[in-house]
Amino acid sequence: MADTTTTTPDDAPAAPTRRRLRRSESDDTRRISWWATALVAVCSLTVLVPLYLAVVVALKTPEQLAAGTGFEWPNPVRWENFGEAWRRTRFPQALTNTALITVGSVVLTLLTSSLVSYGIARNMHRRFFKGAYLYLLAALFIPFPIIMLPLVKQTAALGLDNQAGLIVLYTIYGLSLNIFIYTAYIRSIPIELEEAARVDGASTWRVLWQVIFPLLTPMNATVGILTCVWAWNDFIMPLVVLTEPGSRTLPLAQYVFQGQFNTDYTVAFASYLMAMAPLLLVYVFSQRWVISGVTRGSIK
Amino acid sequence: MSAPAPPPTTEAPTADRAPLRTGRRRAQAAFYWMVWPALVLFAGFHTLPVLTGIFYSLTNYAGYGEWNFVGLANYGNLFGDDRVLRAYGFSFLFAIVATVLTNVISLAIAMGLNARIVARNFFRGVFFVPYVLAILVIGYVFQFFFSSSLPKILSSWPLFRDNILTNETWAWTAIVVLAVWQACAFAIIIYLSGLQTIPRELYEAASLDGARPWRQFRSLTFPLISAFFTINVVLSLKSFLQVFDPIVALTGGGPGTSTESVTLLIFRGGFTGGEFAYQTANAVVFFVVITMVALVQLRVLRRREAEF
Repeated sequence: MADTTTTTPDDAPAAPTRRRLRRSESDDTRRISWWATALVAVCSLTVLVPLYLAVVVALKTPEQLAAGTGFEWPNPVRWENFGEAWRRTRFPQALTNTALITVGSVVLTLLTSSLVSYGIARNMHRRFFKGAYLYLLAALFIPFPIIMLPLVKQTAALGLDNQAGLIVLYTIYGLSLNIFIYTAYIRSIPIELEEAARVDGASTWRVLWQVIFPLLTPMNATVGILTCVWAWNDFIMPLVVLTEPGSRTLPLAQYVFQGQFNTDYTVAFASYLMAMAPLLLVYVFSQRWVISGVTRGSIK
Repeated sequence: MSAPAPPPTTEAPTADRAPLRTGRRRAQAAFYWMVWPALVLFAGFHTLPVLTGIFYSLTNYAGYGEWNFVGLANYGNLFGDDRVLRAYGFSFLFAIVATVLTNVISLAIAMGLNARIVARNFFRGVFFVPYVLAILVIGYVFQFFFSSSLPKILSSWPLFRDNILTNETWAWTAIVVLAVWQACAFAIIIYLSGLQTIPRELYEAASLDGARPWRQFRSLTFPLISAFFTINVVLSLKSFLQVFDPIVALTGGGPGTSTESVTLLIFRGGFTGGEFAYQTANAVVFFVVITMVALVQLRVLRRREAEF
């Protein structure tokens, strides 16, 4: 967040203009509040308990599960559930599809959204660009259900009812919000930097990729994280757009195999865990970075 | 697309930071090339489906086969359709309750996190975890909890013993629990970053003036974070009105149609119910409703925001 405060936005958007006061823990002279700690700790159990439940059920045999409420730690632990879930849900296939769609969407989104935003941000006083900005922004108000039914006909007709189609759709539908996030930031970058590059003979495209794009790193992180979480976890778009069983994503695979699992909770839970684990692991290792990225995107 | 633009001036910047704007009437061609392909694609994949939807809503298209224009008949029928009205009733009840709960709970937790507590970063990280989980998948874990664990744990309480998810009157509360559980992750982070903008000295001054904690919250904290309150209320109400994943994971709209939201109804009727045109009309109405709700909300909430 410190990065955003080094430049002063010349048109600060709606949200608060006061700057965050950064203080390190050691400056905090207040006494430790044990009441607040207790409250926060108890509330955090509501997050941890469902995750704990997911883990213990996945480690049980159906008999162990039937004997208790589900929360007991199993003895002995049964690891075979994971292997069985791996085979039955065709986990490698779903994982590959989801990873492909997520990586493709993030890369394509970063390249295109930043480019469009730069074009708009530097020409906001012109009617064409201002119009384009408002047009894209207005789409934020349109709920997905209204495009859902016609979209399915259209993607099927264009042969985009597959992974590539989803990448295209995430990139295009993300544009509205991303442009909103990028534009304010680009306008806060001093134009003198670009002029210096132009004096050296750089073209507009070169200025964009070599001067502006590197400066956008904090916003690239924000947009990348938002797109990644969206594409990885989304359910309704793969549900309506994808037609081939072979192109199923992870959430979709859980949905499809749910019926089969009805009597077999232990294998199902192993499969849920495997579907949630990759993004959860990424989050655990880059927690601070992810939180500050998401905050930056919504507070701007 | 555009006439060749005049070359950019390469002189030193003048007082009015003009160089990029020297093409008084037209921007450089490169800038147009950055924007118009995106506009074309966006129009093709977003605006076109919207318009196609509005077009089909005036027909009796079933999703396949022949169709005829029927004028506004679909719209007329919507208002007399019990199933549609119940879906709207459910969506609004659900969205209002979930929005209130999300904001009350996450503001309380954010204030707890903003106090001087032990292991603050750890807890902040924990509360954000639901944001990175697919709600459908974690929803299946909740489904097991409600249908298999809770009946054993609270076996003396008939509502839970008989599986709350199959209870026509109360199944929606389980969906609220799941949706709020996930939405809080994002709301807490927004409130926390709002609370961190308030200088601590203000509280010291307020304490010296004898303000009790509740008074401090009402007169100091809440007015100063009202912009963040607006963001959270508008965003959460909008997404709760369109609820889909939590319902699919927990009840599938049942028992009967008692937990069927508008989005679920459009999905079901449109794809498997042979009501393509009818449900696109429903979607158009839904769009108008959501937009109106958002505009009313912004007006009301902005008016009572404190001036910075």
